[in-house]
Amino acid sequence: MATRAVISLPATPKAGEAFEVRATVAHAMETGYRSSDEGARLPRDLVRRFECRLDGELVFAADIFAAISANPYVSFWMRASQSGELRFSWRGDNGFEHFETRTISVT
Amino acid sequence: MKRREFIVSAAVFAALPEAQAEEAAMRDAIRTWAGRDPEAGTLKIDIAELVENGNAVPVRVTASEPVVGLALFTPLNPEPGVIQVSLGAAAAKPEFSTRMRLARSQRIVAVARAADGRCWQTGVDVIVTLAACVEP
Repeated sequence: MATRAVISLPATPKAGEAFEVRATVAHAMETGYRSSDEGARLPRDLVRRFECRLDGELVFAADIFAAISANPYVSFWMRASQSGELRFSWRGDNGFEHFETRTISVT
Repeated sequence: MKRREFIVSAAVFAALPEAQAEEAAMRDAIRTWAGRDPEAGTLKIDIAELVENGNAVPVRVTASEPVVGLALFTPLNPEPGVIQVSLGAAAAKPEFSTRMRLARSQRIVAVARAADGRCWQTGVDVIVTLAACVEP
C-alpha cells in the first residue's frame, strides 16, 4: 500500500513572514516493546528521521524515537524570502522512505 | 515511627535506586545530544498536566531566544529519547510541536541548544492515567 502523508502549509505565504508547516505520515511506529495476541514480540519498526528542505537548504529536521506516537506528526514555523520547492522526507527502519514536494509561491 | 510514615518511607526507599538509574540514563542521553550538562533555564513546554491517554499526547516546546536545536527526554519511558530537532536558518520560530507517548507519570525534560554552544533545560510533571502500550 502506498504510504500517505498529509502536509499543511499556506500555498502563497508573504515574503519574509512566518508561517506554520504541519506534516504527518501514516506509519505504525511499532516500538518493539509490544507483544502480539499470540505472545510473540512485535519487531521494532520506526520512522527515524524527518527532514524539510527549501531548495536543498535544511529548514527543519527531527530525529524521532519510539516515544513518538503512531503516524508521527511535527509542526514548525518557517519563512521564505522567495518562491521555491519544499522537499519533505521521512526515513526509517526496514528501508522505509517517503518523499513529498510542495511548491511555495511567495507573494 | 507511625505505620503510615513507615509505609511511605519504605515505598520511597524501594523506588529510589531504580528511579536514580533511569534519571542517570536520561542525563547521559541529554549529555550525548547537547555535548554537556545543560544549565537550568527557561523553556516553555505546553503539555496537558493530566493526560488520560498516554498513546498520543500533544506537546509543544518553545524557547524564548533563537536556538539551533531542541529536544525532549523522558526518565521513565523505556528509552530516554523522544525527539531531537534541528532548526535551519529559514526556521522562523524556536519551537516545534509533536505527539508523544508516555509510559507513566513522570517529569519530562526539554533541552535547548543555541548557536554559541550554550544549552539549558526545563522539566514539567505530567500525570498519566492510561499509559501508552510500550511495556512488554
